[in-house]
Amino acid sequence: MYFTEGSPIADQRVPAGPIETRWDRRRFSARLVNPANRRNRSVIVVGTGLAGGSAAATLGELGYQVKSFCYQDSPRRAHSIAAQGGINAAKNYRNDGDSVHRLFYDTVKGGDFRSRESNVHRLAQVSVEIIDQCVAQGVPFAREYGGLLDTRSFGGAQVSRTFYARGQTGQQLLLGAYQALERQVAAGRVEMHPRTEMLDLIVVDGRARGIVVRDLVSGAVSTHFADAVVLATGGYGNVFHLSTNAKGCNATAIWRAHRRGALFANPCFTQIHPTCIPISGDHQSKLTLMSESLRNDGRVWVPRDRNDTRAPNDIPEADRDYFLERMYPAFGNLVPRDIASRAAKNISDEKRGVYLDFADAIARLGALAVEQRYGNLFEMYQRITGDDPYRTPMRIYPAVHYTMGGLWVDYDLRSTIPGLFVIGEANFSDHGANRLGASALMQGLADGYFVLPGVIGDYLADAPFGPVDDSHPMVADTVSEVRGRVKTLLAVDGDRTVESFHRELGRLMWDECGMERDEAGLRKALERIPELREEFWQRVKVPGTGERLNQELEKAGRVADFFELAELMCVDALHRRESCGGHFRSESQTEDGEALRDDANFSYVAAWEYTGVGRPPVLHKEELVFEHVTPSTRSYA
Amino acid sequence: MKLTLRIWRQSGATGRLVEYVLDDLSPDMSFLEMLDVLNERLITEGQEPVAFDHDCREGICGMCGLMINGMAHGPEKATTACQLHLRHFRDGDVVTVEPWRAEPFPVVRDLVVDRSAFDRIVAAGGYVSVPAGSAPDAHATPVPKPDADTAFEAAACIGCGACVAACPNGSAMLFTAAKATHLGVLPQGQPERYSRARDMVAEHDASGFGGCTNTGECTSACPKGIPLTTIARLNADLLRAHTTRSDR
Amino acid sequence: MDTIGLYRTTVGKKVVMAVTGAGLLLYVVVHMLGNLTVFSGPDAINGYGHWLREIGAVWPTRVALLACVTLHFVAAYQLTAKARKARGRYEHRRRVQGSYAARTMRWGGVIIALFVVYHLLDLTVGWLNPNGIPGEIHANVVADFQHWYVVLAYAIAVLALGFHIRHGVWSAIQTLGVTTSRVIGLGVAVAICAGFLSVPFAVFTGLVS
Repeated sequence: MYFTEGSPIADQRVPAGPIETRWDRRRFSARLVNPANRRNRSVIVVGTGLAGGSAAATLGELGYQVKSFCYQDSPRRAHSIAAQGGINAAKNYRNDGDSVHRLFYDTVKGGDFRSRESNVHRLAQVSVEIIDQCVAQGVPFAREYGGLLDTRSFGGAQVSRTFYARGQTGQQLLLGAYQALERQVAAGRVEMHPRTEMLDLIVVDGRARGIVVRDLVSGAVSTHFADAVVLATGGYGNVFHLSTNAKGCNATAIWRAHRRGALFANPCFTQIHPTCIPISGDHQSKLTLMSESLRNDGRVWVPRDRNDTRAPNDIPEADRDYFLERMYPAFGNLVPRDIASRAAKNISDEKRGVYLDFADAIARLGALAVEQRYGNLFEMYQRITGDDPYRTPMRIYPAVHYTMGGLWVDYDLRSTIPGLFVIGEANFSDHGANRLGASALMQGLADGYFVLPGVIGDYLADAPFGPVDDSHPMVADTVSEVRGRVKTLLAVDGDRTVESFHRELGRLMWDECGMERDEAGLRKALERIPELREEFWQRVKVPGTGERLNQELEKAGRVADFFELAELMCVDALHRRESCGGHFRSESQTEDGEALRDDANFSYVAAWEYTGVGRPPVLHKEELVFEHVTPSTRSYA
Repeated sequence: MKLTLRIWRQSGATGRLVEYVLDDLSPDMSFLEMLDVLNERLITEGQEPVAFDHDCREGICGMCGLMINGMAHGPEKATTACQLHLRHFRDGDVVTVEPWRAEPFPVVRDLVVDRSAFDRIVAAGGYVSVPAGSAPDAHATPVPKPDADTAFEAAACIGCGACVAACPNGSAMLFTAAKATHLGVLPQGQPERYSRARDMVAEHDASGFGGCTNTGECTSACPKGIPLTTIARLNADLLRAHTTRSDR
Repeated sequence: MDTIGLYRTTVGKKVVMAVTGAGLLLYVVVHMLGNLTVFSGPDAINGYGHWLREIGAVWPTRVALLACVTLHFVAAYQLTAKARKARGRYEHRRRVQGSYAARTMRWGGVIIALFVVYHLLDLTVGWLNPNGIPGEIHANVVADFQHWYVVLAYAIAVLALGFHIRHGVWSAIQTLGVTTSRVIGLGVAVAICAGFLSVPFAVFTGLVS
C-alpha cells in the first residue's frame, strides 16, 4: 500500500456564475481591512522572486506590516531573475485574434486539462494589468521603432502575445518588483531579512502564525510571528539534482508546511524543458536553459541515421530529420515543451542531444538581426560550450525546468492550513500538467501584485487571532524540533558528502520519475529512496558548526527534505495511471506515442496529506469541472 | 588538467591565502564547479569547505563574485565567475582567489562578502513610485526605441559588485549610475529623476564608498559591460538636483 | 542652488575639482601663449610682462589662482582620504587597466605642485635663477635653459602636467555630466606640452638666445 484515500476536497472557494465575472465578484465579496487597521495586521512573506517580491511590495503599499525573507544575500537574486524568454499577456496589441478567452483556452489546453478553470481565467484577465504595471515601473521591454511594445510567439500559442526584454525578461521584471520592495523597505513597511532561511512553519490553534528561521550568517535559530504567512518559495526541480534551477532553490519551506498539514498537490507534474545545454561531465553542477524563444527562428533536427558521427555542418540536408516540423506541421518547432522534450528523448539520447540550427534564420534575416534577437543567449552558449552557434548548430537536450505541482490552494490562494497562503511556483494552481512558455512570470506577478492583495484582506479581517510568543508550547516544540534537526545533521559525522547523496537521488529520479515513467521503475524508486534516506541520516558528513555560516549544513537540510518529497512524487506518479502533460506513463500512450489521458478516472487534482516519514500519504481528490473548455486530445499536428 | 589554487580563507577578523593543488580537472568545468570538486575533497578529508556565494550559475543572479588572479570575475571579458570555464586557463597555472574587497563590503567568511549596501542604495531612490494597480495602459506612453535600448543596457546590471571590487577608489558609482540611467531615460522615471540621483548618491557616499575618478576600471570589469557614460548621466542629474529649486 | 549640499557629495567635490581645474587650465593656456612671445625677441616678452603689471592683472590673477589651487587641493585631499578608506587591499592585484594618466592623477598633482614652488622661486622671485633680475624675463629664461638639468626638470614637470590635463579634461567634462571622447583631453594635453616645451628646447639648442 503506497497510499490511502481520504475524503474529496469539497470547497475551492470559487464564486459561482459566469466565469468572466467571477474574479470581480470575488473581489467585491471579500471583506476588507480598513486602512487604519492595516498597520496593525502583519504578514510574513517567504521568498522574494516575482511572486514573493511583488506580494511583499504590494502588501506594504496597502499598509500592512510585512516581513520578507530570502536565503540569498539580497532579494534581487531570487531565481525568477534567470527567466529568459518573456511574459504572456492577452493584450491583443497585434490584432492577431488574441483575447482573454484565448489565453485562458490555450493555458487550459496547454496544461492538458488538469488545471482549475476559474483560476486560469483569472490569470488571463489579470495578465493585461501586469504589463501595464511593469511598464509603469520602468521595465525596459523590447520596443519597436514606433515606440510601442514588441511581442513574439511562444510554444503552444498561435498568436504573438509574449512581451520580452531581450533574453532577460525575468531579470527585468524581478528588478521591477525588487525596486518596489526596496521602496517599501525604505518606507518602513517591509522589514527585510536576507540570508535567512525558513526551516519550519508555526501553527497555533490551527492557524499559521509564524515561521522558524535560521540566520545563515550567525546560525541563530529564531521565530517570527504574524497574522498570516505567505509562501513564495518557488519550485522543487532540484529534487533531480541537475536542473535549470539555481543551486539554492529548495523545497524546505513548502515541505515543512506540508508536514504541518498543508496538502501537496500533483507533485509528479514536473516540466522538462526541451532546449537546455547538455551535460558535459560528472562535474556538472547544474544545467543551463536556452530560451524557448530560440524556437521562433531555430530549427530542431537530428541526423536521419542515429549512428551518423559526422559534424553537424557536414551532414547534408537530405540526411537531416527536422522531426518536430515533420510530426507537428501546424505548430512545427513551437509545440509545447512536454511534447518537444519527449520527441527529443524518443529520437536521441543525453549524450548526443539534438541540434538547434540557425543557419536558415541567418540566411533569411542576416546575422545582425539574429544577434539582436538572441545575441546574449548565443554568447552564453558559446561561453559554456566553447562552440559558436552562428557557425555550428547548438547541441541541446531536455532538462528539468519547472514544477507545476506544489502546495494545494483554493481560489483565494489559501492552503489547507488557515492563514497560510501559497503563491507563484510554490503552489499548484494554474498550469495543470504542463506549463506553457512565458506563463510562469505571468502567474508569479499575477499572484503577487493582484490576486493575493485582492483576497488576503478577507482572511485578515478576522484578526487579531490572539497573542502568541516563544513561550507558547506549540512554538517551543517547533523551535526545538528545528534545533534538534540541525544538531542531528551535524552529529552524524559520517563518510559521504551531501552532494554525493543528492547526485544519487537526482539520478534515480531522472531515470525513474523523469520524462517517461512506468510502474516497474516507480516501484523500484519507491524501494530505493527510503534506503537512500536511511543511509543519508547515518552516513552524511556535515563539517563545521551550526553557529555561523555553514553552506554544507544548509545544503544538508534541503537534501534531507528532497528525499521525503521525492518519495511523494513517485507515489503520485505511480497512482496516476494516465499520461498527461509533463507526466508521461509509458503504459498510457496512443499508437503514435502521444500522451493518452484518462479523463474518466483521473480528471482530478491529487492533493496529498502527510502522515509521517515513510508512511503512506492520504489522497484527497479535487474533481476538475470543465464548463468552458471541453477536454479533448491535445493536437498540435 | 592541473591547477594550483591559492584561496583566501577567513573565519574571524583576519585571514590568509591557503594553497591547494587540484589534478584531473576538465577544461569543460566552470570555475565554480572546480571549487565544488575542491570542497568535496576537503569534506571527505574532514576539513571545512571553502565558503563562496553562488546561486543561478548562469551569470544573471549576481551572487557569485571572486577576485581571480587580481581580476574581478577572472580574465574573460564580460563573464561572471560562474560562467568562466577552465579552458581559459593553462595546465599547471597558479590561480589566486580572493573575495571582493572594499570597506563597505566586509568579508563574512572565506570568499563571502556582505553587499547589503547595494540594497540600501536602491532603497534610497532606485525605483519608480507606482503602487500596484495604479498604472495606465502600457501603450499610453510610447518610448522611442533608442531610449528603451539605453535603459535596457543600463538595467542589465546584475548587482554583483565587480565594479566596486575593481575600483581603485572603492567607488560604487557604476552600480548607482546604472540604476539612475535605467530609470532616468524612460518617461516613466522622469518625475523622480533628480531626487533619485540626489538620494542614491547620498546613500552611496554614506555607505562608505569612495568617489569616482573616471578611471574606467569598473566598466572593464563589469560582466554586463555597463558603460561609463551612465556615470556622466548620473552626474548631470545630480548637478541639476542641487542647482534647481523645484526638486528640493 | 544648494552649494553646500552638493559639496558634501563625492560628486560635488569632483565638480569643484572640475571647475577649479578649468580655471587653472585657462591660466595655463594664457601662460603658454605668453611664453611663446619669447620667439619674437627680448622686447616682446619683457614688454608683455611689463604690460601685465601695468594693467594690474597680476595680483587679481594670483588671488584667483591661489583660490583655485586651494579648492582643487582640498577637494582632492578629501576624496583621496575617502577612497583610501573605501578601497580594498588585495594580496594579488593585477595592474589597474585604466590609462596611465588616470592612475597618476594624484602623484602627478603633487609633482606639479612641487614644480610650481620651484618655478616661482626661479622665474617669479628670482632666487634660484642664475640671472635672477626681476623684469629681465628674457634674460632669466635664457640663463635658466642653458643648463640641461633645468631643461630636464622643466620637461618632466610639463609632461606631468600633460598627463594630468589629459585625464583631467576628460574627467572634468564627464563630472559635469557631458559624455565626450577621451580624445579631447589628449588633444589639449599635446598642444599644451608642445607649447611649453618649445621654449626650453629653443633656448637649449640656441634658436633663442
